[in-house]
Amino acid sequence: MAAGRTASAPTPLARTGGAPRGVVGESAPRPDGTLKVTGEFAYSSDLWHEDMLWGVTLRSPHAHAAIRSIDTAPALALPGVYAVMTHADLPAETHYGLEIRDQPVLAKDRVRYHGEPVAIVAADHPETARRAAALIVVEYEELPLVVDEATATAPDAPLLHPGRRDRHAAHVPHPNIVHRQPVRRGDVAAARARADVVVRRTYEVGMQDQAFLGPESGLAVPAEDGGVDLYIATQWLHIDRDQLAPVLGLPADKVRLTLSGVGGAFGAREDLSMQAHACLLALRTGKPVKIVYNRYESFFGHVHRHPAKLSYEHGATRDGTLLYVQCRIVLDGGAYASSSPAVVGNAASLSVGPYVVENVDAEAIALYSNNPPCGAMRGFGAVQACFAYEAQMDAVAAELGLDPVEFRQRNAMSQGATMPTGQLVDSPAPVAELLRRVKALPMPPERAWETAGGAVDVRALPGGLSNTTHGEAVVRGVGYAVGIKNVGFSEGFDDYSTARIRLEVIGGEPVALVHTAMAEVGQGGVTVHTQIARTELGVGRVTLHPADTRVGSAGSTSASRQTYMTGGAVKHTCEAVREEVLRRGRARHGAGHPAWAAPDRLRLADGKVVTDGGEVIGDLAEILGDEPIDLEREFRHRPTEPFDLRTGQGSGHVQYSFCAHRAVVEVDTELGLVKVVELAAAQDVGKAINPLSVVGQIQGGSAQGLGLAVMEEIVVSADGAKVRNPSFTDYLIPTVLDTPTMPVEVLELADDHAPYGLRGVGEAPTLSSTPAVVAAIRAATGRPLKRVPVRPEHLTDT
Amino acid sequence: MDFLRPAGWEEALAAKAEHPTGVPIAGGTDVMVEINFDHRRPEYLLDLNHVPELAEWEVTDRTVRLGAGVPYTRVIEELRTELPGLALAARTVGSPQIRNRGTVGGNLGAASPAGDAHPALLAAGAEVEVASVRGTRLIPVEEFFTGVKRNALEPDELIRAVHIRRADGPQQFSKVGTRNAMVIAVCAFAIALHPRTRTVRTGIGSAAPTPVRAREAEEFLGAALAEGGLWEGGAPLDPSIARRFAELCAGACRPIDDVRGSAAYRRHAVGVMARRTLGWVWEAYREDEGRTAQCA
Amino acid sequence: MRVNITVNGRPYAADDVWEGESLLYVLRERLGLPGSKNACEQGECGSCTVRLDGVPVCACLVAAGQAEGREVLTVEGLADHARRRSSATAEAAEAAGPGAPGAVRPGESEAAGAVRRGAAEAGRPGESVPLAPVQRAFIDAGAVQCGFCTPGLLVAADELLERNPDPSDADIREALSGNLCRCTGYEKILDAVRLAAARTAGEAV
Repeated sequence: MAAGRTASAPTPLARTGGAPRGVVGESAPRPDGTLKVTGEFAYSSDLWHEDMLWGVTLRSPHAHAAIRSIDTAPALALPGVYAVMTHADLPAETHYGLEIRDQPVLAKDRVRYHGEPVAIVAADHPETARRAAALIVVEYEELPLVVDEATATAPDAPLLHPGRRDRHAAHVPHPNIVHRQPVRRGDVAAARARADVVVRRTYEVGMQDQAFLGPESGLAVPAEDGGVDLYIATQWLHIDRDQLAPVLGLPADKVRLTLSGVGGAFGAREDLSMQAHACLLALRTGKPVKIVYNRYESFFGHVHRHPAKLSYEHGATRDGTLLYVQCRIVLDGGAYASSSPAVVGNAASLSVGPYVVENVDAEAIALYSNNPPCGAMRGFGAVQACFAYEAQMDAVAAELGLDPVEFRQRNAMSQGATMPTGQLVDSPAPVAELLRRVKALPMPPERAWETAGGAVDVRALPGGLSNTTHGEAVVRGVGYAVGIKNVGFSEGFDDYSTARIRLEVIGGEPVALVHTAMAEVGQGGVTVHTQIARTELGVGRVTLHPADTRVGSAGSTSASRQTYMTGGAVKHTCEAVREEVLRRGRARHGAGHPAWAAPDRLRLADGKVVTDGGEVIGDLAEILGDEPIDLEREFRHRPTEPFDLRTGQGSGHVQYSFCAHRAVVEVDTELGLVKVVELAAAQDVGKAINPLSVVGQIQGGSAQGLGLAVMEEIVVSADGAKVRNPSFTDYLIPTVLDTPTMPVEVLELADDHAPYGLRGVGEAPTLSSTPAVVAAIRAATGRPLKRVPVRPEHLTDT
Repeated sequence: MDFLRPAGWEEALAAKAEHPTGVPIAGGTDVMVEINFDHRRPEYLLDLNHVPELAEWEVTDRTVRLGAGVPYTRVIEELRTELPGLALAARTVGSPQIRNRGTVGGNLGAASPAGDAHPALLAAGAEVEVASVRGTRLIPVEEFFTGVKRNALEPDELIRAVHIRRADGPQQFSKVGTRNAMVIAVCAFAIALHPRTRTVRTGIGSAAPTPVRAREAEEFLGAALAEGGLWEGGAPLDPSIARRFAELCAGACRPIDDVRGSAAYRRHAVGVMARRTLGWVWEAYREDEGRTAQCA
Repeated sequence: MRVNITVNGRPYAADDVWEGESLLYVLRERLGLPGSKNACEQGECGSCTVRLDGVPVCACLVAAGQAEGREVLTVEGLADHARRRSSATAEAAEAAGPGAPGAVRPGESEAAGAVRRGAAEAGRPGESVPLAPVQRAFIDAGAVQCGFCTPGLLVAADELLERNPDPSDADIREALSGNLCRCTGYEKILDAVRLAAARTAGEAV
């Protein structure tokens, strides 16, 4: 057996150096860019270790069944098999979960969804492990299914988690409801009586998959101290560790996690997948164990975006003032809680969108069902709501005979507005301006498929290379949407991040080493950290330490929070380091120059201590000498409050982020095929720490929203709650021929509460892109389109 | 599993005769997916990449004898004049990478109702040359597909080539998928005008258990063109003829509901594609007065 | 079974290959060349794109045995490939070869891999590591986020520019339509390919 690269010996991710460049506000290149383009960057699936075994998971073929027996003997008898484990072999805690520990590490006597892990195998070759797993005999007895709200709350509904004692159990109306959050403000009944126009509609959002490209994978290496080292692709190292340690029966310090290369995340790596299984097999066999899901298994290996049914009623006056919104959002959380409670909180609190609405009666719930577990995905509860409220805004505008953009602008929130939760929006909220900007962009040329020679370029038409139209029945439509997303963890969660900075002289030059546990999943947080360290410490060379659990938690790479939070932690710690530099400088040279007495007016630049007048008064390398400064600090955003369980009132969110889209589509109205011609976005980012990355986030998020609009859905069979399309053959994500030109307008209106005034970027573009595309399809076809993804059947009545 | 690497056609036939359960693999674009996802564990893999004859083709007066191992990319680049319908279909197969490996022979071997080449072969008119150590036979492509992913091959037989009629008139191919590239057909339609024989042929993909021709539609259109003297006159088609043709094509479908599309949509879409592609080929025929033509 | 393949100009032999293994598995797990990625293993994403005798293919759909005796180019060899392409005529480049000293046992490639990785880290990104024009352009244009699609895209884009040094946007889109990216929305990838084309044209003038 041959070689890959070993996981041991953490090596610096990258170094940058030379003249100070790549400070905050510049499009500094990714420090991992060279490794990524040469194929040298080690993703979790690339890891290799001497003597390593391959782990494989046996999963349930049923969505709901009792397990009568499991016989592992035939699997164990296969040569090359080192271990087979079931629930009976678990050494300690048997369940895990992000908030509610309701998910079995391996199913005990019951499976609750199609694909639930039942047994795990370690063998010397993946094929041996697969053959062994196939030899395990599991006797199931199928149970009745819970698949929607009606079956979940029926009088004789089977309870998914009987005897649950989590913190939501006491206030939910039914034990098959994970969490319920109302938001009540004003007087909807009175407002309804005053409304000139009322629009009531129901909407549906299909189950979207994150479809990151790098499947779940990792390598667990048993350590001599009885602990385990796990090299893993995840979004949050510390919460993985905190769930793993009890399952492994080990103290936290013996479960050491190091981040390996992560091939995208988008929420799908927030829950554990193969982490516990690999560690259990490694500890059982005493050998390193690698698990790599293939694409099929990946569809069962992580949570998806909650599918939702949304009922909305909007009322407005003739002059275009929105009077009230009443809505109910039912999210299907599937078999286990995952992050459903927080998704419910988002859906409820953001349910009316970025508009001023005095009277609100909203409710969001998440169900327990036998459908696949759902949890975090980019946009997190706000995506589903945005699809519905933006469709409503168009419908109300149409009823009023108003331009849809103008109607939105008339009701748009701005700084100083109050959310339906009672929270004051105390930083810029340029909703009307964002809409104005996307509307003002020039329109893409018409009939782009007509070539100079009079021929047709099908690549510019709906259907593309499939050659379905040469222009017949192709109608253009334009649609707009805008959305609101919270940034950071909400509802009173103690959300913090940690950074350790070591400043020392290497080769006569001051060098900063930045050590955080932030999961770089592709978003470019590592780039931002080098920029912040250069900016704050005035050094040219910044080295990034690999992310691991030897430093304090960075929190999750989710909720658009990492630049704010871990960027904030790097900044905060750099400031402490700078303070120490100045203290040392003052001690040594204070007598020589009066400026040392006013450290607030000193900064570090180009390796020097510089006054605000630009005078150099000290040399960083000289001040440091051979005594490095090494500090670790935590950074917290402003505290938030939980939402009241009856009224939803409370300042529950940290920061809001806004994005608007204009979509131009061309629809083959006879075949129901859609070509998105252009998808323009405008977003306020507070401060673009790295403008190139900001635009990349906006375009990437927009493309995922486009996917939800026209093609992406995990189809679960209604009769068996089984996933019908767990492959990239039938779960389609946009190709480069489906994704249009995406002009981006970036606004930078500082949020004074945030580091550098920045605003989380990653999620907002995923919200409004979907309703903008669907609005454009409505405009082209005149159809109501209340469900995404829009399918050709919906456009052709078939 | 054993991996067999015959170095020539006779050796391949001998290997297949000796191991009739052996699975031939050429481009691997179907077989390897099944192996990677544990859907298939053949006892023998029979690699046809080293059989040089399979990668060649011969063009004669009336036909192209297309070796079973010719990748789609070469059909697109080098045979678009002789086989315009197949070249159009080939361009819709998977991705560039897939087209560089996938072959018409492999498409026939897999015999998926969604195989992109099939409708084009049905419309052009083709015979599948299959062989074993017992000898060679030609199977009309209409008779080759016997069920969902089943074909007329005997266990000891391999596909040697496809004999496809050279285009003597305009041909078109159209396929519906829910993505603008790299998509499996929800349904597909091919049409070929054959001015020499004054006939029209069609092929429908992914809308019945096997690829099928819409024979009633072909006969209707053939009769309508003949009665109206349209082959000679080259007059525009009456919209009612195109409509009726489309209805008959839709009627030839026996589709199912599945994760890729509803039966009703498939029937509808086949009708739309039939009407449009008929319009395109007839316009091309009129413009070129029956000379071999092609469109975008 | 034993499989002999020339990868990036170096001959390799892999032993005990299971007959159902793909070329991708052999590259990644047996030859220490994990640059080609395993995102879907069904030919639907292009992350494993390599060139087999010069032709872009999905390595996941090539049976290991089918690669016997053939030449494979992976992302790990792209910079070298581009350098040889630009510095010499095609014939000369082929004749010269990389000067590989005969068969390399799989075990040796680990060391080679480790050395390369170390060198890349120690260097200053973009300054000391030789890169193909498309590789440099992907970094400069912001076409890399998580990077999992990047190796396959680079191999496909490099081959496109080799065939067609001045592709239209539609040509780029068609050539890359077999390579999925989930992070970027493709805009920066298009920018990168345009940039690489423009730079290469600039150099040629």
